[in-house]
Amino acid sequence: MANVPEDLHYSKDHEWIRVEGNIAVVGVTDHAQDALGDVVYVELPKAGDEFAAHESFGSVESVKAVSEVFTPVSGEVTEANDALQDEPEKVNQDPYGEGWMIKIKMKSPGELDSLLTAAEYEDFTKAETE
Amino acid sequence: MRYIPNSPDERAQMLHQIGASSIAQLFESIPADLRLPEHLKVPAALSEIEVLAGFDRMAARNAAARRVSFLGAGAYSHYIPTIVDHLISRSEFFTAYTPYQPEISQGTLQAIFEFQTMVCQLTGMDVANASMYDGSTGLAEAVLMAERITRRAKVAVSSGVHPQYLEVIDTYVQHAGIEVLRAEIDGKTGQTLPGAFDSLDDQTAAIVIQSPNFFGCIEDIKALADKAHAAGALLIVAVTEAMSFGLLRSPGACGADIVVAEGQSFGVPLSFGGPYVGLFATRDKYARQIPGRLVGEAFDKQGRRGFVLTLATREQHIRREKATSNICTNEGLIALAATIYLETMGKKGVQEAALQCAQKANYTAGRIKALEGFSLPYAAPVFNEFAVRGPVEAKGLLARLAREKEIDGGIELSRFYSDRPNDFLVCVTETNTREQIDGLVDGLKTLSHAL
Amino acid sequence: MQERGGHGVPPLQSDVAINMTATNITKVTSHPSQNEQLIFERSQPGRAGYSLPQLDVDEVPIDQIIPQRFQRDDDLDGMPEVAEVDVVRHFTRISTWNYSIDLGLYPLGSCTMKYNSRLNEKVARISGFANLHPLASVEEAQGALEVIYQLEQHLAEITGLPGISLQPAAGAHGEMTGVMIIRAFIDARDGEGASANRRTMLIPDSAHGTNPASAHLSGFTVKTIRSTSEGLTDLDHLRELCAHGEVAGLMLTNPNTLGLFERNIKEICEIVHDAGGLVYMDGANMNALVGVARPGDMGVDVIHLNLHKTFSTPHGGGGPGSGPCCCTEELERFLPVPRVVKNSKTDSPHVAGQSGDTYRLDFDRPQSIGRVKAFLGNYGMMLRALSYILTHGYDGLREATEAAVLNARYIANGMANDYDRPYVAPPMHEVVFTDKRQSRKGVHTLDIAKRLIDYGFHPMTIYFPLIVPGAMLIEPTESVGHQELDQFIEAMRSIAREAIEDPELVLNAPHTTRIGRLDEAAAARKPVLRWKPKQAATAT
Repeated sequence: MANVPEDLHYSKDHEWIRVEGNIAVVGVTDHAQDALGDVVYVELPKAGDEFAAHESFGSVESVKAVSEVFTPVSGEVTEANDALQDEPEKVNQDPYGEGWMIKIKMKSPGELDSLLTAAEYEDFTKAETE
Repeated sequence: MRYIPNSPDERAQMLHQIGASSIAQLFESIPADLRLPEHLKVPAALSEIEVLAGFDRMAARNAAARRVSFLGAGAYSHYIPTIVDHLISRSEFFTAYTPYQPEISQGTLQAIFEFQTMVCQLTGMDVANASMYDGSTGLAEAVLMAERITRRAKVAVSSGVHPQYLEVIDTYVQHAGIEVLRAEIDGKTGQTLPGAFDSLDDQTAAIVIQSPNFFGCIEDIKALADKAHAAGALLIVAVTEAMSFGLLRSPGACGADIVVAEGQSFGVPLSFGGPYVGLFATRDKYARQIPGRLVGEAFDKQGRRGFVLTLATREQHIRREKATSNICTNEGLIALAATIYLETMGKKGVQEAALQCAQKANYTAGRIKALEGFSLPYAAPVFNEFAVRGPVEAKGLLARLAREKEIDGGIELSRFYSDRPNDFLVCVTETNTREQIDGLVDGLKTLSHAL
Repeated sequence: MQERGGHGVPPLQSDVAINMTATNITKVTSHPSQNEQLIFERSQPGRAGYSLPQLDVDEVPIDQIIPQRFQRDDDLDGMPEVAEVDVVRHFTRISTWNYSIDLGLYPLGSCTMKYNSRLNEKVARISGFANLHPLASVEEAQGALEVIYQLEQHLAEITGLPGISLQPAAGAHGEMTGVMIIRAFIDARDGEGASANRRTMLIPDSAHGTNPASAHLSGFTVKTIRSTSEGLTDLDHLRELCAHGEVAGLMLTNPNTLGLFERNIKEICEIVHDAGGLVYMDGANMNALVGVARPGDMGVDVIHLNLHKTFSTPHGGGGPGSGPCCCTEELERFLPVPRVVKNSKTDSPHVAGQSGDTYRLDFDRPQSIGRVKAFLGNYGMMLRALSYILTHGYDGLREATEAAVLNARYIANGMANDYDRPYVAPPMHEVVFTDKRQSRKGVHTLDIAKRLIDYGFHPMTIYFPLIVPGAMLIEPTESVGHQELDQFIEAMRSIAREAIEDPELVLNAPHTTRIGRLDEAAAARKPVLRWKPKQAATAT
């Protein structure tokens, strides 16, 4: 069973968000990394790039697939996890920790309300796999 | 049909086994009105003897294949070591598919890895792919790649690029929203001067040149690279005569960002224009934008080294319309021929062949220049090919030279440029003997007087 | 992290031995032909494999010919130095690590791995063709043009489409050519302004990846058409998509990549034509149709062929191919330049020493999409394909199609009890199965494919088409006898049993190859795409 930490927000695109003040840290869930398989490359935006909610901010590649990743909230990127350039496998090994992807300065924190709780996300993935 | 193993009886048995009553039944999913009512209007089957006789007859109509030749312009006659054709004719190479199953394709994969390595060494670049169709399509793909990297929509292309390559670029970019600007070569030197790109703006993705260029002139790649980089653009260098890598400073060492080349000079017969092989190389930082297949090193659980197709997410079968190119099948066997050629000739052989080309071309140019009425229109140094301006129309002169002296003495430039009736291109390689060269010079002398 | 392999270090140590469990015989693994290194690791300064004649012209100091700043200053560092016999052994050894058609069944779906005749190879090497320069004057290359002309005539008859260009170098290149022709037609018909609203290319979800990539190159936006549960194009969905008005065309493979003939093809073409679009057919699967049915009769406007599939020119480990583009008379004016045309008896210029028909190159095609390649295409492949057609004749071409379909049907029948077949309709020249039953035991398509190697067969196409989870697409072609088909079927059935009884055996396959499954993820994370000389390697 995939790990779904209680303290995070989740999107239906399988991203998670950790709120730190007005900054949202974004990554992909354990469920998503498992479905992707061995991640071999992560393409991320630069600090300063702006995205609307649900817009694609980059992509994650496995050996034989490419998946886009979407930011659940709108705002400006303050930092991208450049360590993933050299060690994309962190996305598999530690999706909620060292595998984080971007930090984004939230434009409308109200968007968080529309995201899923851990329990809702668990139900969502269960329904999706069935 | 002798290529089909199952006999009519065996086929009848197989039909019975799958519960079908006739061969026709197998095609019932094709609506009746779409099934051909009668046989195709192609000839009845011929025996091996008849097929060969037919091709021999047609081959005999190709007089040019038997002539002493000084033709170049993108396809070159070089010596091909005997073992090249022998080795590429091994079943294991020529009847294998694309190496998608690495455990049983290591022969092909290792050969491509060696090919990629030597393309990098020759071009002076970091990373090379497993081949493109040829030099011309490789160059067009390089232009598209430059647009992807820079997100700029103009390219400035030297008129010293092979005219057919220019046409291919135009075809490839016509719906890509890329504007192609031409930069004229200098009338005196025959080179593309950096000044031709003075109007370069911040919307220019790349400068595209060929060196040696179509007229044989060696370009100052370093100066052009500096010019491109000053505007934030890339420099794309095309090489149609790959043998020049044996002698000339590599485009990579001169600052090129993408290098494409026609690899036909490396062990590939002329064969009326193909199949040839495109070499494609770039800098490490652009590796993920490269079109086509890449082979990389990999290890199994026991730590044994092998090779696999890698970074496949760039390609059409995964990224579909967002792929770096639509290319799938490339020129695998021809890349293998080039690999075998380069390994057989080796470091010294490639250097010596290149040096002989330059020496013989220099000798030829000197002798033709000394003929009355003949001149060399361009002052730039050349490798093994150069433009000649004759006293009479080149087309007629060359036609008589072929007919009367059995020499294909060059390619008239009027085929590509209507305003150059008297000019022609002469190419000399290590395969041309002094006797042939002297014959060419004598022929030009006598026939130009006679006309 | 442990150093793996490395430069100059043989990948297998002599003290490592594989324990052959069945017989308990140990295999010596320092075996030279199993451990052939990279040529660069074999290189020894001073070895040479070539000989050239002495330079017979007066030598001039090279600096006088080419200024030093234009000369290489790296002495071609890193290029190998080996003797001729080194090269022969090197390539002979590594060649034995390849599977090939000549070794046996190569059932890659959609790839048509049929026998490559040696006669065709001989024809391509006739010196009158092999030594012919592509810019030789046409008067002196009449035979070469005759070959092109003849092949075009035969392909026109086979496809039912009279306009042919042999210039494209491979299937995807022919596709690009075909789609650009559609674009040119629409631009010419509607005018630049109006045609800008017609930029949608419809492509089924089961299509080859080259289709959308080629459409993109021509400036089209791709919309995906669903397949029905029967595995055919969903006509309702097609009508719905066509109703929007911006449809430029449809790219369809027929038989489709599930091996099924699109029996509604005429209606499909009508729907697209009525919507103002054209129909492009991917000819990858023509081996199911040659001599039996013709795309031109179905309403298709333009198609590419793969000479390296249907017409048996060798795949060569990934190419060269040749992808002729064939179209209707209406579209002919858009084909790439130049075209090969036959001179009529009256306007024929005198061609010295030539009897019979004469040919020329026609560059005067103002509506052409342009040139797609330097020179005239992969000519050597044209020679082989023409030889194939002449050797088969009309009877043989049809017989090959029939035998190919029968062989596929025989496999479909033979595997039916052991593997899930997602579409029940009888297949044409290829058949798709899945790993649905085996995956319950954790055995997936990749594992089945790898295990098949242990049985001495090359695997089928896997995970394609994308719409079939765990797809195994099998195309035997006509070049295989029924005993070998039985062996293949038995191998597949045996693997199905193993998947139940001993899944680990399948999961760890192959067991009999020189190397095991390679770590492709590690290879993609830190790509090593070339060998580097030792100093450079340690520096980075």
